[in-house]
Amino acid sequence: MVTTLESVDVVTVGVGWTGGIIAAECAKEGLKVVGLERGRERGTEDFTMVHDEYRYAVRYELMQDLSKETITFRNNRKQRALPMRQLGSFLLGEGLGGAGTHWNGQTWRFLPYDFEIKTMTDKKYGANKLSADYTIQDWGITYDELEPYFDRFEKTAGISGEDKNPFWGKRANGYPTPPMKKTPILQRFEKATTDLGLTPFMLPSANLSEAYENPDGQKINACQYCGFCERFGCEYGAKTSPEITVVPAAKETGNFEVKFNANVVEVMKEGDKVTGVRYYDTVTFEEFIQPANVVVLTSYVMNNAKLLMVSDIGQQYDPTTGQGTLGKNYAYQILPGATGFFEEQMNTFMGAGALGMSVDDFNGDAFDHGDLNFIHGASLSMTQTGSRPILSNPTPPDTPSWGADFKRASIENYTRTLGVGGQGASMPHKENFLALDSTYKDIYGVPLLQLTYNFTDQDRALHSYITEKTSNIVKEMGAKTVAARGSISDYDIVPYQTTHNTGGTIMGADPDTSVVNNFLQHWDAENLFVVGAGNFAHNGGYNPTGTVGALAYRCAEGVIRYSREGGSLA
Amino acid sequence: MAEKDKNFSRRDFLKTSGIATGALIGGGIIGGLIGANTNTKDTGTDAPGTSGGTKESSSSSVRGLTFFKSMAEFEVLSQATERIFPEDDLGPGAIGLSVPYFIDGQLAGSYGENSKEYMQGPFFEGEPTQGYQSRLKRNEMFQQGIQLMQQEAQSRFDTKFVDLNGEQMDEILTAFQDNEIKMRGVESQFFFRLLRQATLEGAYADPIYGGNTNMDGWRMKGFPGHQLAYINDIESEDFVEMDPKSIGMEH
Ligand SMILES: Cc1cc2nc3c(=O)[nH]c(=O)nc-3n(C[C@H](O)[C@H](O)[C@H](O)COP(=O)(O)OP(=O)(O)OC[C@H]3O[C@@H](n4cnc5c(N)ncnc54)[C@H](O)[C@@H]3O)c2cc1C
Ligand code: SF4
Repeated sequence: MVTTLESVDVVTVGVGWTGGIIAAECAKEGLKVVGLERGRERGTEDFTMVHDEYRYAVRYELMQDLSKETITFRNNRKQRALPMRQLGSFLLGEGLGGAGTHWNGQTWRFLPYDFEIKTMTDKKYGANKLSADYTIQDWGITYDELEPYFDRFEKTAGISGEDKNPFWGKRANGYPTPPMKKTPILQRFEKATTDLGLTPFMLPSANLSEAYENPDGQKINACQYCGFCERFGCEYGAKTSPEITVVPAAKETGNFEVKFNANVVEVMKEGDKVTGVRYYDTVTFEEFIQPANVVVLTSYVMNNAKLLMVSDIGQQYDPTTGQGTLGKNYAYQILPGATGFFEEQMNTFMGAGALGMSVDDFNGDAFDHGDLNFIHGASLSMTQTGSRPILSNPTPPDTPSWGADFKRASIENYTRTLGVGGQGASMPHKENFLALDSTYKDIYGVPLLQLTYNFTDQDRALHSYITEKTSNIVKEMGAKTVAARGSISDYDIVPYQTTHNTGGTIMGADPDTSVVNNFLQHWDAENLFVVGAGNFAHNGGYNPTGTVGALAYRCAEGVIRYSREGGSLA
Repeated sequence: MAEKDKNFSRRDFLKTSGIATGALIGGGIIGGLIGANTNTKDTGTDAPGTSGGTKESSSSSVRGLTFFKSMAEFEVLSQATERIFPEDDLGPGAIGLSVPYFIDGQLAGSYGENSKEYMQGPFFEGEPTQGYQSRLKRNEMFQQGIQLMQQEAQSRFDTKFVDLNGEQMDEILTAFQDNEIKMRGVESQFFFRLLRQATLEGAYADPIYGGNTNMDGWRMKGFPGHQLAYINDIESEDFVEMDPKSIGMEH
């Protein structure tokens, strides 16, 4: 028995950053919004026991329960895809706020270059810089068009930063709050990079440097540098997250309701419009249909793609023919870097998730790629996020991994190790894509999403180039031993890397090469919107959420306009 | 280098940090809830509910096995973890930190039962890049692994694992690490990685989980555990030493 509920103006699938932003903007305009969230309600009051590395960082208290649903993975089409049985490479969110609850808060805008990467690469390096296997394309929107939405997200989130980076796009306004404290560890990086002729600046942060009230009237507190940020919720309400900003803003209108324990399994479609979504109550397993005038998929990269696939909306990408767009251009990131072992003890256990300094001299097209066999680059950062003892056991090369020598070296170096890391951009490749798995299912009987992914030559070349740059910085910082990260071979889903998955539901100017238009409106169903990092046509050299937030504001504008005027907004 | 005075209350601290009072609801109730116990430095011994204490910690010093049923198996586990993280002049090893009790407790719970893992079939052996593909639960792996350690001790040295000297134990552990031991349903190197990781977890997790006795794991490493915040120390040029705190302690 399926129960059909009363229709609403807008339904969102998931209530993280994207769901929260859509809800707040639409509800403020008087639209009735329902957010369906498979996880539970939670908020600042639930984080009083949060300084617990074991529960939160090691056993993934706040993340997706894989016993209900996961993805399958293989490196290439010849392999059998197998389930990701435990979390590792990326940590998917679940519950109010999504991954925006346990993120670090490093909040970037992608570069102007990113949005027009194909045009700019062809213009500067000719059409054959990368082989045709790399499916790079422009995003159908420019940085300048997106600038007001970036500004909007940063104001909502109260981002702390300084406009000192010569390589990023022009900002209409400064950051809403000043940068975080420049600690001795960061000063070391600042001095070393300056001496090397690079241009360091404070990393833009959603761990706020001071108490702030955002334009919606929501208050965010000042970061206390507690050292338990990434993978944890903030007990002080100082790390901007959806549940302390956009979700309460939406609720205050009286037009927004969240239904928890609601796992959406299908987008309902009739002709060229969608009519609502079908979901299971995860407690009782009852089935419901929530009809809506507009459906917005805000359930992260993976589930957004999966829902379109199981609902048969759009054309699945086929790597053999190159036809189809759904699932195309999945990209991840590469993490070149170097670790330095120092003589003196430092306060490495103190910190905050987005406390850091960066240089962009090797990001985007800031340096000439004419003689290099790759494009794009990486932001290089020294972050002081707060090292915790279970997961942080740095040892110099050639130390055994257990026993007496290990114990001594790991204890000695815990407070004597600093690392400089690059967040390397990743270019889409025709063999990297998302599809539906034909074997494995979730507990609702719906096929799992299947990921086919491997690092490419472009990634490997970029990785080794950037690794050398990070080693130079660490050396310049005075390390007695520098350990550069080894070169990369195959992508491995086991160790944590980043939760910066992109693509699969890419945006663009042309329905033949993208899933949604630049209002994130589906080309095949005008009352369906899909928003998230899945819209990225490639992955850049930064964390994604600043750009995701901007796209969500753009999408909200689209939903509101569509609700008034109807039709395609492209 | 001097130890800083951490004797301000959370309430004072929040006041001085200009945090809106609303956050007190979120940030300020731990002390109120757990109160009663351990406020001063000399009670760095035991968090409430932890085992392995030395002082008058009443019922919390009662300790027993909740997963293993045989002391002999538990002793094998204990010795194996001690080889991974041995006692030395820096401080206690795995046994001194109650790591074996920590692991026993974890194996009895959701960790051992894989309750947050995708455990539906079919099961196939995969590439290493595809990760965990066993149908075994973690607690089944530990049981089997420990039995095999015993067997290896018998076949290689004709004695019990616990009666081996350190080098002999290391030889067996290395054989597991190098994937030379045939296990059913899982590769021995995977089990070894699990054992190593669980040992570190027990040494460094908050003592509320039964390991890291007296927070000595943290003390050795210079990690102060659960502190309210470092806003007043984050700019310090000197290394800051603090007596560690558990989330189970009032603050
Ligand atoms: C440990 C960690 C650190 C990070 N650090 C940073 C950082 O420093 N900077 C940065 O920019 N980004 C960071 N990120 C990434 C960032 O968290 C994400 O980009 C962002 O949260 C994505 O927002 P979203 O709304 O698209 O998805 P999510 O936050 O994942 O929200 C999606 C929601 O949808 C729900 N959902 C999914 N499927 C269904 C379904 N079928 N039915 C109903 N509900 C469903 C989920 O439960 C979830 O709540 C980090 C992520 C992690 C995990
Ligand atoms: S480091 Fe700052 S923002 Fe992060 S959890 Fe601690 S107080 Fe909150």
